[in-house]
Amino acid sequence: MQPSVPNVDYRTEPAKYRHWRLSFDGPVATLAMDVAEDAGLRPGYKLKLNSYDLGVDIELHDALQRVRFEHPEVRSVVITSLKDRIFCSGANIFMLGTSSHAWKVNFCKFTNETRNGIEDSSRHSGLKFLAAVNGACAGGGYEMALACDEIYLVDDRSSAVSLPEVPLLGVLPGTGGLTRVTDKRKVRHDLADIFCTSMEGQRGQRAKDWKLVDEIAKPAVFADTVKKRVLELAAQSDRPAAAKGVQLTPLERNDSADGIEYRYVSVSIDRNRRLANLTVKAPEAAQPTDIDGILKAGVNWWPLRLARELDDAILHLRTNELEVGTWLLRTQGDAAHVLGCDAALDAHQKHWFVRETLGFLRRCLARLDVSSRTLFALIEQGSCFAGTLLEIGLAADRSYMQALPENAPSLQVSALNFGHYPMVNGKSRVAHRYYDDAGEIEAVRKTLGSAISPADAQKLGLVTGAPDDIDWEDEIRIALEERAALSPDALTGLEANLRFGITETMETRVFGRLSAWQNWIFIRPNAVGEKGALKVYGKGEKAAFDFQRV
Amino acid sequence: MSAIDYSQKIPNNVNLNSDRVLQRALEQWQPNFLSWWGDMGPEGSHQHDVYLRTATSAEPSGWAHFDYVKMPDYRWGIFLSPQVQDRKIHFGEHMGEDVWQEVPGEHRANLRRIIVTQGDTEPASVEQQRHLGLTAPSLYDLRNLFQINVEEGRHLWAMVYLLHRYFGRDGREEADALLQRRSGQEDNPRILGAFNEQTPDWLAFFMFTYFTDRDGKFQLCALAESSFDPLARTTKFMLTEEAHHMFVGESGVSRVIARTCELMKKHNVEAPDQVRALGAIDLQTIQRYLNFHYSVTLDLFGADQSSNAATFYNTGLKGRYEETKRGDDHLLKDRGYKILNVVDGKLVEKEVPMLNALNEVLRDDFIKDSEAGVGRWNKVIEKAGLPFRLTVPHKAFNRQIGTLSGVRIAPDGRPVSQEEWNAKASEWMPTAADRAYVASLMGRVVEPGQYANWISAPLSGINKQPLDIPYVRFN
Repeated sequence: MQPSVPNVDYRTEPAKYRHWRLSFDGPVATLAMDVAEDAGLRPGYKLKLNSYDLGVDIELHDALQRVRFEHPEVRSVVITSLKDRIFCSGANIFMLGTSSHAWKVNFCKFTNETRNGIEDSSRHSGLKFLAAVNGACAGGGYEMALACDEIYLVDDRSSAVSLPEVPLLGVLPGTGGLTRVTDKRKVRHDLADIFCTSMEGQRGQRAKDWKLVDEIAKPAVFADTVKKRVLELAAQSDRPAAAKGVQLTPLERNDSADGIEYRYVSVSIDRNRRLANLTVKAPEAAQPTDIDGILKAGVNWWPLRLARELDDAILHLRTNELEVGTWLLRTQGDAAHVLGCDAALDAHQKHWFVRETLGFLRRCLARLDVSSRTLFALIEQGSCFAGTLLEIGLAADRSYMQALPENAPSLQVSALNFGHYPMVNGKSRVAHRYYDDAGEIEAVRKTLGSAISPADAQKLGLVTGAPDDIDWEDEIRIALEERAALSPDALTGLEANLRFGITETMETRVFGRLSAWQNWIFIRPNAVGEKGALKVYGKGEKAAFDFQRV
Repeated sequence: MSAIDYSQKIPNNVNLNSDRVLQRALEQWQPNFLSWWGDMGPEGSHQHDVYLRTATSAEPSGWAHFDYVKMPDYRWGIFLSPQVQDRKIHFGEHMGEDVWQEVPGEHRANLRRIIVTQGDTEPASVEQQRHLGLTAPSLYDLRNLFQINVEEGRHLWAMVYLLHRYFGRDGREEADALLQRRSGQEDNPRILGAFNEQTPDWLAFFMFTYFTDRDGKFQLCALAESSFDPLARTTKFMLTEEAHHMFVGESGVSRVIARTCELMKKHNVEAPDQVRALGAIDLQTIQRYLNFHYSVTLDLFGADQSSNAATFYNTGLKGRYEETKRGDDHLLKDRGYKILNVVDGKLVEKEVPMLNALNEVLRDDFIKDSEAGVGRWNKVIEKAGLPFRLTVPHKAFNRQIGTLSGVRIAPDGRPVSQEEWNAKASEWMPTAADRAYVASLMGRVVEPGQYANWISAPLSGINKQPLDIPYVRFN
């Protein structure tokens, strides 16, 4: 991106939506897509046929957060379209054609995280999603439907679901599309092959027979069929009917040329060294421990506020600071307050608001994991890598702990470190760190309730290194300089490999595909060369391929 | 920390007294060094009082402080040549920028490798030479051997200083490893091949100090150009000591030749076996030793085409010999250099990018420098009125590294078959019988002013002292 392009701001609210209508009817929320053609985030393309760009996805992400936090009474969500005979035609191809490669990947990543978030809420929070596909549903549009628990397709003899990326654009069907077709919907591989190589996709009964959708209904009965089913889904949920939501008031932050200050998160960028100092702060004082106090604190309850700020900071850095290749992760403050919050989170984890807050933290930390930046944690004097904040240290590619002769920093685990914050590979960061070795995990668990010294942290393998005060400055400087000199692409690949090995889940396959296969296909001349399929799309020209198989 | 006065114990000009990083590292390393010296330093020498030169400062007046010292008490110091204000990088892609006072993270791995490789040769040569003291041809020579040994020890300190000061924990581990490897030990060898060969006798020792220490000189000269200023300054000071080592080699070989010629003239003999009958080393054997040490040393410069060499130069880590005196652009991007290639068993010149040929450039500089000394040796023979002349073999002779490792080349540069090589090898390189003969001459001479029969007296004593003082006192 050129510096002249304005930064992307992920903060929005329903009153500002241009592309979605969010409505509520008792236990059911309806998210209806109605993309404003001329309201693309960047100039140069029109968002025709309910196609989307990052701006559309930012609103979707926000709407989901509103449902989670502001509407605890909602138990199921219908995702549908307000356009005639169009559900969603996917990511806007002209936007993709004119975007930098980094922009495309970043956009795809956020999109997939939002979709993972839909599945995450279904899995953990009792929110069920139904895609009411009331028109043509292609590419990324079908991906969005795939993220829902169930897909209902209107059987009007023309509306089809499709993944036309291969025949139409010469690229792979999204990143989450093909993966969900197999991993989630278990479409047989040869049928998936036909599906993904035909431009028109599948409709009606065959779409259902091939497991591409769950149900079909004629136009006359479609709305009723959807309504009936969505109420059934709502009935399965344990979300409270009478609870009062917590308003997500606008997120406050102070922007400057080289940083952003939030209340609990601080970002300062060192442009010469291409690194960002990202510091997370503990609450200044003990936080409420009872539900009433927590609800009263609401949006300012430290765990929620932290999640909102950290999430926003990560998205900002990822989208707007492409050359800042290393994030130095630090924490600051009183670990006791952090652990106090952890105890409350653990004790009230079944309460809807605490559950949603845990979910937000879980998704936010997972966002950190899949950020294509080098993450180094610096565990320094005055830090509070405890419980939830220890996850930040564990998410890092490397962590360095100051082994000071006195007032050395310490680490501390809490109950939340053992399963509440799974990574995209489904494992806790502690379990992942030790490749599920029960003995090593147990050794860490045994420290519950006590602070871990630098020497013990090293013995337990919780940190990469523990240089003493004499070595500290040089070791860190050299590690950072060395890192900054390496190929950013190779690092992205390396870090992703190491962060999510050694078991795959659908989510790791999605992100792996995004950073490897999709990246590779997207950058080959057959897609983006002068005569590449993505470049000539819409110009009436035929793509000219280099037919050598690689 | 402890109240040791480091400046007394370890002469230095690097502010050791106030450098905690260095103190901490040395506190552990120094005892290990002394224990290594005890195990692997010159055999049976620890109680000797040796008339040694000690550097006590980096000023010219402080380079050479002479006194009798027991070697374990030698004050190994840390000296860098004085810093040049505003020194700029003068070659490669960073040309014109300030030199680096800290290791840039980007170049840490390469710099560490360069320093470790250089550092490893220093204790290696002490290990290679540790038995020679038992067969020294005079107290003068024994003292020179020990001088070289303690200075190789100091050069080890110089490299360890860089590792300790600039490379953090990794550096400390590498410094420990320098004391743990052993020359010639199969499971734990020194890094470079030539430093795992034995130095079995004094002729080999003189050849080694003439040729192999000269490789050291050229490597140090190239490193003295480095953009990493502490490395440049350290190696620059090491060069002041290296000169003495080469002097020992050149004068040593020269004295062997002089004695041989003297006996040949006196008894009017020429055939090698007649010379041997007189207890001298025949000139043919000297030629074979020369051939061996010269060719083995040529290999130390590395492959004739090397991407590492190009990287080291372009990134400013290692320059050329006398880089500043060269009149080119110091970038070398479009320049070529002729190296030897083998086509159909024949040697042909081939032009390659100069950046990749920088090992060869340094090797050719070394060759020129080596030939000059051999010319001076021939003067000794000429003066005696004998027709024999020593020659340096062709640079393709007996090479084990690079393109030339695949061919058999005679000392005169002629490609030969494997059969011819096998047949002539005993004329070209020292045989077991040659080595056995030279070894049979080795016996310790301990009377001040006396010399073994196979070597003549030096022209003058150490530090303007007379020749017949006890340069080493046995206790």
